[in-house]
Amino acid sequence: MKITVTVNAVDYARVVEPRLLLIHFLRDELGLTGSHWGCDTSNCGACVVWLDETPVKSCTVLAVMADGRRVTTVEGLASGTRLDPVQEAFAACHGLQCGFCTPGMMMTARWLLDNNPDPTEADVREAISGQVCRCTGYENIVRSVLRAAAGDGGGPA
Amino acid sequence: MQVPAQVEYEKATSIEAALALLARYAPGARILAGGHSLIPMMKLRLVQPEVLIDINAIKPLRYIERAGGELHIGALARHADLLASELACQHFAILQDAERVIADPVVRNWGTIGGSLCQADPSEDLSAAFAALKGSMIIRGPDGSREVPARAFHTGPYETVVGPAEMLTEIRLPIRPGAGSAYVKVARRAGDWPIGAAAAAVWLAGDRIADVGIGLTAVGAEHFVAAEAEESLRGQLAGEEAFARAGQIAAAHCRPASDQRGPVSYKRHLVGELTVRVLRAAVRRARGLAP
Amino acid sequence: MSDAYGPLPRKEDARFIRGQGTFVDDIALPGMLYGAILRSPLAHARIVSVDASAASAHPAVVAAFTGADLAERGMAWMPTLFGDVQSVLATDKVRFQGQEVAFVVATDRYSARDALELVVVDYEPLAPLVDAGTALEPGAPVVRDELPGGNHIFDWAAGDKAATDAAFAAADVVASCDMTYPRSHPAPLETCGAIADYDPVSGKLTVWSTSQAPHAHRMLYAALTGLAEHKIRIVSPDLGGGFGAKVPVYPGYVCAIAASLATGRPVKWVEDRSENLMSTAFARDYHMHGEIAATADGQILALRARVLADHGAFNAVAQPSKFPAGFFHIFTGSYQAQAAYCEVTGVFTNKAPGGVAYSCSFRITEAVYLVERLTDLLARRLGMDPAELRMRNLLRPEQFPYTGPTGWQYDSGDYPRALRLALDMAGYEELRREQAERRARGEYMGIGLSFFTEGVGAGPRGHMDIMGLGMADGADLRVHPTGKVVLAISVQTQGQGHETTFAQLVAHELGLIPDDVEVVHGDTDRTPFGLGTYGSRSTPVSGAAAVVAARRVRERARLVAAAMLEVDADDLEWQEGMWRVKGDPEMALGIVEIARAAHSALELPDGIEGHLDASAVYNPPNLTFPFGAYICVTDVDPGTGEVKVRRFIAVDDCGVRINPMIVEGQVHRGLADGIGIALMQAIAFDEIGNCLSGSFMDYLLPTSLECPSPELGATVTPSPHHPVGAKGIGESATVGSPPAVVNSVVDALAPFGVLHADMPLTPATVWLAIQEAAQACGSGPSTGRPAPD
Repeated sequence: MKITVTVNAVDYARVVEPRLLLIHFLRDELGLTGSHWGCDTSNCGACVVWLDETPVKSCTVLAVMADGRRVTTVEGLASGTRLDPVQEAFAACHGLQCGFCTPGMMMTARWLLDNNPDPTEADVREAISGQVCRCTGYENIVRSVLRAAAGDGGGPA
Repeated sequence: MQVPAQVEYEKATSIEAALALLARYAPGARILAGGHSLIPMMKLRLVQPEVLIDINAIKPLRYIERAGGELHIGALARHADLLASELACQHFAILQDAERVIADPVVRNWGTIGGSLCQADPSEDLSAAFAALKGSMIIRGPDGSREVPARAFHTGPYETVVGPAEMLTEIRLPIRPGAGSAYVKVARRAGDWPIGAAAAAVWLAGDRIADVGIGLTAVGAEHFVAAEAEESLRGQLAGEEAFARAGQIAAAHCRPASDQRGPVSYKRHLVGELTVRVLRAAVRRARGLAP
Repeated sequence: MSDAYGPLPRKEDARFIRGQGTFVDDIALPGMLYGAILRSPLAHARIVSVDASAASAHPAVVAAFTGADLAERGMAWMPTLFGDVQSVLATDKVRFQGQEVAFVVATDRYSARDALELVVVDYEPLAPLVDAGTALEPGAPVVRDELPGGNHIFDWAAGDKAATDAAFAAADVVASCDMTYPRSHPAPLETCGAIADYDPVSGKLTVWSTSQAPHAHRMLYAALTGLAEHKIRIVSPDLGGGFGAKVPVYPGYVCAIAASLATGRPVKWVEDRSENLMSTAFARDYHMHGEIAATADGQILALRARVLADHGAFNAVAQPSKFPAGFFHIFTGSYQAQAAYCEVTGVFTNKAPGGVAYSCSFRITEAVYLVERLTDLLARRLGMDPAELRMRNLLRPEQFPYTGPTGWQYDSGDYPRALRLALDMAGYEELRREQAERRARGEYMGIGLSFFTEGVGAGPRGHMDIMGLGMADGADLRVHPTGKVVLAISVQTQGQGHETTFAQLVAHELGLIPDDVEVVHGDTDRTPFGLGTYGSRSTPVSGAAAVVAARRVRERARLVAAAMLEVDADDLEWQEGMWRVKGDPEMALGIVEIARAAHSALELPDGIEGHLDASAVYNPPNLTFPFGAYICVTDVDPGTGEVKVRRFIAVDDCGVRINPMIVEGQVHRGLADGIGIALMQAIAFDEIGNCLSGSFMDYLLPTSLECPSPELGATVTPSPHHPVGAKGIGESATVGSPPAVVNSVVDALAPFGVLHADMPLTPATVWLAIQEAAQACGSGPSTGRPAPD
């Protein structure tokens, strides 16, 4: 089946099987391997990308469902060489170790801050509660998001 | 990651089109809404539909609105919509209680109310909530619409009254005075399916319970309802004594199964405990107090 | 020159925050095929026949392999890391649910999955052995009927039995407990996988894989395939976590290799999460009976333990070969005990193989759990505060180096200081007051302590080996003419930040900035031999090798500098990052100028051939012994059994901290592990060996909502034998935290008479513990509730 998906502002027209999962479309078909997968049951969130304006678990969405829609992945977070404040904050606050959950965490963080520019720690923990990290114990991820919130639009953090 | 078996795919842009596709491909067709109940089952190959009918483009099916003395929820409303709906929370705090503990925020962005109800997992949280609220479901088919009480919607685990050529389009909840509602869930971890959960909706007349609905999740309650417990409460003074008795009756009548979440003895105890707590919270809300 | 140690942001982050890491499944090679494994649905069965012909006929399938096919190539069985063998594809029997039976290779991953359904296997079910406790009973199903010992693997003992028995006989108080450390799984977020790429023209096999021990894997593949070791290259690219799960060689890797050898094309195999949980290295599964003997006023005299170790169907533990029960005999922990004795019996069962993984420090997790639970039980028995009892018995600083009753020589520590700091940070007295107030109101909070000593950084040659290989590690330092440095190390990061901390180590020794040191790892073609990353050994062993190599470079630089400055080498001293003339410090040269000179036309002194490069192999003289004091505060709802972790205070001492930010990140993770292991994580089986925990819906991992913001403290007691005084840290918090959580919950339930409950402390388990204690002491509800199902 032919679909057209706009990923990180680029249009892609491809022929895919209806059963192809969006995460595999992004990784294997388009070569955007920044989004990952880590489970079979929609629990881990390594695959979180934006479908239109909302984060979704792309392992639980078919590529055909993204036909005519926009997808944003971690590769679309930076503007050219300018990193998103979320990316800078994760690096500054040691919010990643192995880096496998990081793209999904950052996509959710970016969406949270777009909708709630001044979240509490509880807001942050709630927002990422559907995504697993095995390396950080979440503490520095939370600090990273709060740092990005403090730094957003307010000059250097 | 596990991947689905081959499947055909059709996209419907209207309810009529969806019904036509269902009629054409039944019984091997499944409605694809959020997909967050169906696609996981397809990946594990527990379910292998022949045709998926994608209804996500049917925008008119996604709404939460007041219509006369009722709240109407479109089947394509996402869980996140319901959680964020001030209108829904204003009348039915139980829905916000339940949505807060369903899955996680990202899953709630895409999973739909209709999809969850039609999946009919015995551990699905909204079923008990709608049962407690004594709502009803609107089902459309080739011969038009029909309304089914929420308490008759589910016929067994993973089974509803929605026929192979029909689709759920709306959930209706009556708005009545003196109401208070709540949902209490115990799980092993945030976002997990419940070990047990209780839903309560009460309508007070003065200090007495004029009407009550008690729903139970994951403990084998028929139609997700604790009917005997409800019976014990009608007309009673709303207080600890009545709650305790209702809890005991609910616990005695449910039929939980032993599994990794716990043995029967614990689940039965939990039903009693949670029924008391949820009634307490619902009554407090009916009285305008914090739960 | 600012000191290179410190909370430096990590060099590796640049690629990860851009989504430009390279994990195994990110790699696509031209002509690459995809493999999928058919696994046994039964825990124990004879294989009557395997027919892959229908799968082979699938249009997208290029090849299909059965056990018989691999047997023809001598690859149906492979050695484990502990001297046993493990089935690659089953030939005679299947011995655990999920065991590999066939391998299908197709042009895309979806077709490979489809083709699995076309493989027809005829099984003859056998009675499964699931309960390790029955493994040695007559009539028990035999897992390894081809071995003389049947289900019995080993008996092992340590300590002085006579002295221990005597101490127990003379003791005023003996507390004992049966406790299980349940089977769990590290579950790194990236599952295991490999791409095997055999080039028939060059005869070279390259394997990209999720390996924590690339050189060890290379040796194993050479033995298995018959290819020469130097014709095999293992590349571990970025790893999405390891935690011990990526140490062993898995059948999927070998199948990919066999398929590549047969087809001459690259073959990728990456497992599902269910495969990961059901078939890769599990952790723990120790059934322990522990006893602690003490005087009436709380002086610990002796400890005794008897352990049944469930190893699954093959003995695949990754640990030093002389220690079949790992380092469990460190179970006297951090206390002065005159005597100790332990016996461990290992058995096979019809479950996946493994046992040593998940930050266990070779079974120190089990040992620390045992002694910390026993200490709390002793405190309850004596009516003593558990902090006070610990303070009473902790080893004193003047006792170090300390030789314990089972032979361990702890290198350094100031234990009371760490415990005092933890108690202060927690506000311990205030917490106890709050606890008393809440109990009066019918609210139940718990305060749980854990004090642990770890032994990490295996290990001294002669004393420790894996498959006969010494556990030394190498470092190769190359200094370019412009003074930039490349450090090649044999350990393999899976997120711990080696690219940064090792650069810091070398930069510190050479007066450079970490940005000028490039760390190369994970590629056997480019790095020296070593046994890999686990057991928190990177800093103690590989870090030491890097430091020794750097110091050799520095000494060679001294000789060149002396020639450049026309002074004697003895006239130079290393000060603030440069070689300086004694008495005239402005006459100085740094590594950058010296490197340039070493490559120039300068007349070089004897011993310098034209560069500063140096290598080292570090043979650690001993383990290093990090330690810590943890305090966990929980709130328990007795009506539902739910446990909420309110606070986690952790004081860690890992000696000198090269990068405190990275150290703290390791502790954060371990505390989350403790919450997960104590409250929700366990790999469970039903009575016929079906694995009930084959997905993240059932194997629950803690989320951001279960883990409070940890409160960290530090003391620094350098290791006297490590070149920079550093100890390991990677596993400490996973070792120390589960007992703190369990002690906390049991403490919360003390008013109900609960003395112990086994992990995981799910709501059901907590509630049942309350009911059982109530029945046992007759103070329960009067409803006469029947015994739990």
